[in-house]
Amino acid sequence: MNNHDLPRWATAFVMPILNLLSALLVAALVIYLLGESPVESMGILINSAVVNPEGLSYTLFYASTFIFTGLAVSIAMQAGLFNIGAEGQMYFAGLGLTLAMLTFDSSLPMWMLIPIGMIGAALFGALWAFLPGYLQAKRGSHVVVTTIMFNYIAGALMNTVIVKYLVPAGEQNPASRAFSAAAEMPRLNQWFPVLGETPLNISFFLAIIALVIYGVMVSRSSWGFKLRATGLNKHAAHYAGVRISKMIITVMLISGALAGLGSVNSIMGSTHYLSLNFVGGAGFVGIAIALMGRQHPVGIFLSAVLFGALIQGGFDLSLEKQNIPPETFIFIQGLIILFCGAMENFYAPAIAALIKRKK
Amino acid sequence: MQPAVEFRGISKHFGAVKANTDVNFTIAKGSIHGLVGENGAGKSTLMSILYGYYRADGGEILLDGQARNIRNSQEAITLGIGMVHQHFMLVENMTVLDNVMLGSEGGFQLKSKRATVEAQLREICTRYRLDVDPLAVIHDLSVGAQQRVEILKQIYRSANILILDEPTAVLTAQETESLFEILRLFKEQGKTIILITHKLQEILDITDTVTVMRGGRVIGAVATAGTTKEDLANMMVGRPIENNLPRKPYNPGAPVMQIENLQLVDDQQVKLLADIGFTLRAGEIVAIAGVSGNGQSELMEILSGMRLPTSGKLDFLGKALPFAGRSDADGLPRTFRELGIAHIPEDRLRDGVVKAFSVMHNTILGYQDKLKNRWGLFDFKAIAARCAELMKNFDVRPNNHDLRIGLLSGGNQQKVVIAREVLAQPKLMLVGQPTRGVDIGTIESIHTQLLALRDSGVAILLVSVELEEVRALADRILVMCGGRITGELKIEEFDTTRIGLLMGGMHKS
Repeated sequence: MNNHDLPRWATAFVMPILNLLSALLVAALVIYLLGESPVESMGILINSAVVNPEGLSYTLFYASTFIFTGLAVSIAMQAGLFNIGAEGQMYFAGLGLTLAMLTFDSSLPMWMLIPIGMIGAALFGALWAFLPGYLQAKRGSHVVVTTIMFNYIAGALMNTVIVKYLVPAGEQNPASRAFSAAAEMPRLNQWFPVLGETPLNISFFLAIIALVIYGVMVSRSSWGFKLRATGLNKHAAHYAGVRISKMIITVMLISGALAGLGSVNSIMGSTHYLSLNFVGGAGFVGIAIALMGRQHPVGIFLSAVLFGALIQGGFDLSLEKQNIPPETFIFIQGLIILFCGAMENFYAPAIAALIKRKK
Repeated sequence: MQPAVEFRGISKHFGAVKANTDVNFTIAKGSIHGLVGENGAGKSTLMSILYGYYRADGGEILLDGQARNIRNSQEAITLGIGMVHQHFMLVENMTVLDNVMLGSEGGFQLKSKRATVEAQLREICTRYRLDVDPLAVIHDLSVGAQQRVEILKQIYRSANILILDEPTAVLTAQETESLFEILRLFKEQGKTIILITHKLQEILDITDTVTVMRGGRVIGAVATAGTTKEDLANMMVGRPIENNLPRKPYNPGAPVMQIENLQLVDDQQVKLLADIGFTLRAGEIVAIAGVSGNGQSELMEILSGMRLPTSGKLDFLGKALPFAGRSDADGLPRTFRELGIAHIPEDRLRDGVVKAFSVMHNTILGYQDKLKNRWGLFDFKAIAARCAELMKNFDVRPNNHDLRIGLLSGGNQQKVVIAREVLAQPKLMLVGQPTRGVDIGTIESIHTQLLALRDSGVAILLVSVELEEVRALADRILVMCGGRITGELKIEEFDTTRIGLLMGGMHKS
C-alpha cells in the first residue's frame, strides 16, 4: 500500500467511487441471477431512494441516525479505538431518553423537552461507553471485546427493563407508552408538504451541526490534534504530554454520547415510544459509514446518505420485485463494506500504474 | 582482476526524483567494496536494483561478466546475491534453524530436512566462526548474534555476493570487530562483499575499494589504500567538512539539574538505574557515553517526564521535579516542557514525530496547547508562518510543510524535531542520539546548532553511542554501564581506551 503514494483526488474520490461501482456491479449480477432485470431494478432503487420526494425524505431520515452512529465510530477511530458498541450505546440511550420523556412530557413545553431528551440520550449513551473506555484506559482490556459484550448486555438489560417496567398495564406490545405530542420532534413536512407523511425531522439538522462540530474539533482544535496523535502514535502522544488514559475515556464518552443521540431521531422523531430492538443495526451501519467515509465529515455524510438510500430503495425494490427478498439491502450493504472497507486499496496499484504511465 | 558485479549506465527515476543517473562501476571478485554517500545519494536504490526489488529504467547489470536481467529478489538469490538488511528479517519466536529453513523447507515434513540443515549450519558456523547455536530462539539472541543469523542465512543459500546495509549501526565496538573478522574470512573464501555505511572509519578499516555516490551519481571510485576520511567526506558532501566547530570557552553557569541517588527498578525487580548522581550547569554539554541499553534511555525518559523514577532526588533550577504522589507519568512530559525542559528523543520515529502527520503538524507536537486561541482552535496561518521560519532556519528539505514527515529523510526529520525543541527556548535540552541515521552534512549542521544552544547558556545533556560525537560536542563526559555511572572525564582527558574500559564496566581505573 505504501508503494503507491497516490494524489489526494485519487484516494478521496476516484477510489471510493470505483469501489462503490464494483459493489453495485456484483449486486446487479446477483439480481440478474435472481431472475430480475438489473437495469430496471437499479432504476427502481434509485427512483425510490432519491428521486421521489417521499423516498428522499425517508433516505434522509435514516441518514440522520446513521450520521450520529457514524460519527460515534469515527471519533473513537481517530483515537485508534474501534468502538463496535454504538449499537448497544444507542439502545441504552433510548432508555435515558424515554425515562426523561415519561417523566416530563406532560409538564414541560416542546422547546425544553427536546434538549432534555437529547441530554438523557447522550448521558445514557456515554454511560454505556464509559466502562469499556475505563477498562481500556486503565486495565488495557481491548475495547473491541468489551463493547461487543456491552452490546449483548444492553440487549438483555433493555429486554428486562422494557418488558418488566415500561409496558403499560394491559398492553401486549413490548414497548413503553407513547409520549405526548409535545415530545415529538418537529417534522419537516409541515414546511415542505411535498415530503408527505414521512418522519424526516429536525434531527437531520442536528446531525449536520454535529458533523460540523466534529470536523472543527478534530482538524482545527488542539484537542483534536492530541486525539489524532493518540490514534496514530501513542508513544509520540505521550511524549507530547497527552494524558492518554484520560483521552481514551473522554473519547469513549463522546463516542457513546454521539451514538446515543442517534436514538433521538429514531424515537422522538418517529415512533414516539421506546420499543424492543428499535436500533435495528444502526450502530453497526455506523461502523461501515466510518470506514467508508474515512472519518471525514463530508465522507460520513455521503456514506450515511448512501446507506439511508439503500435501505429505503432496497425496501421498495423488494416490494415491487417478488424475486428480490427484503434482505437484499443487507446483502448490498455487505458488498459495499467488502469493497470499500476490506478491499479499500484494491484499485490502488492500477491507478498508480495509470498515473505513472501518463507521466 | 575478475569483476563480480558490473553496473553499466544504471538509471532509475521515481516520478520527478532521479534516484540513480548513469551509474557505472565495477566490483572485483573476492573483494570488500564500500559504498558511501549521504542519505538520498542513491545507494539503497542501486542495491535494491541489484537485489531485484526495483527494475532499472535504463542500463544493465553484469554478474561474472554476463548481462543479467534480475526481475525479483528470488532470481537475485538464485544468482547468488544475498542481502543483510539494516532491520533484520527474522521471526523472533522461532529458532535460528527454522528461520534459515523458512522459505526453503523442501516438502511437507520438516523433521528429516531439519537434521540435515542443522548439520550444514553447524559446519558453516565452524568454517566462518559465526558462533551461533542453530537451536537458539531468536529473541534470546543479542543484536550482534541476530545479525550473524542473517549472514548465516545468506551463506546457507550459497550467496557469493553479500550486500550489507549499515550493518554496524546497531552493533557495539566489539561486535563490529567480530563482524569484520567474519567478513575477512568471507573474502578469503573468494566471496564478494558490498558494504553500505555512513561510518568512514569502517570503510578505511575493512574495504579494498570504495565508491562514493552523491545525488544519484557516482562521484568517485577509488582504492581504499590511497584515500583518507577527509577525501571521502569531501566527495560525499561536495564541500570540505569542518571537524572542529567553533565554540565559546567553557564557562559553566548556575546548576540547572541536580540529581542525587536516582534509582529505577522495573516491574520484574530488575535494576535499570542505580545510584545515579550528577549536576548539570547552564552553558555546558554533558555527554553520556556508553553502549546502548545501559540505562541511558531510561535516564532520559525520567528527566523528560516520560517515566517515573523509583526513588531519588531530582532538582531542576533548585526545585524538586514534580514526581511526588504520582502513580503514572501520564501527561507529565507537558509539565516538564512548561518548566523549560526540551527533549530530542533518541527514537525519533517512535517518540519524536507522528509519521502520518504533516511536517507542519509535527512542528507543534508537544506545544499544541500553547498555540491555540481561547476557543481551543488553532490559528493555522500563524502556525504555518512559524513552521516556514523554522524550516528555513534549519534548512529542512524539501521545503514543503504539507508533506507527511514520514516521507522526509531521517536527517530532515531530525532537523524538524531539533528545530521544534530549540524554538521552545528551554533551560535544559535533553538530546538522545541526535545524529543516528543522519548523513555527514546534516551532522555538521546539527552539531553547530547544539553548540550554539550551549553558547547561549542552555544546559545540554547528550546521550550518544558515537564517541566521535561525544568528542565533538562534550564539555564533560559521563560513562554509563549497567545502569550506573562508571566514570567521569573532562573533555581534555578524552581517551578512547579509558572510555572503552569504563563502558565495559571496569571502573575506578
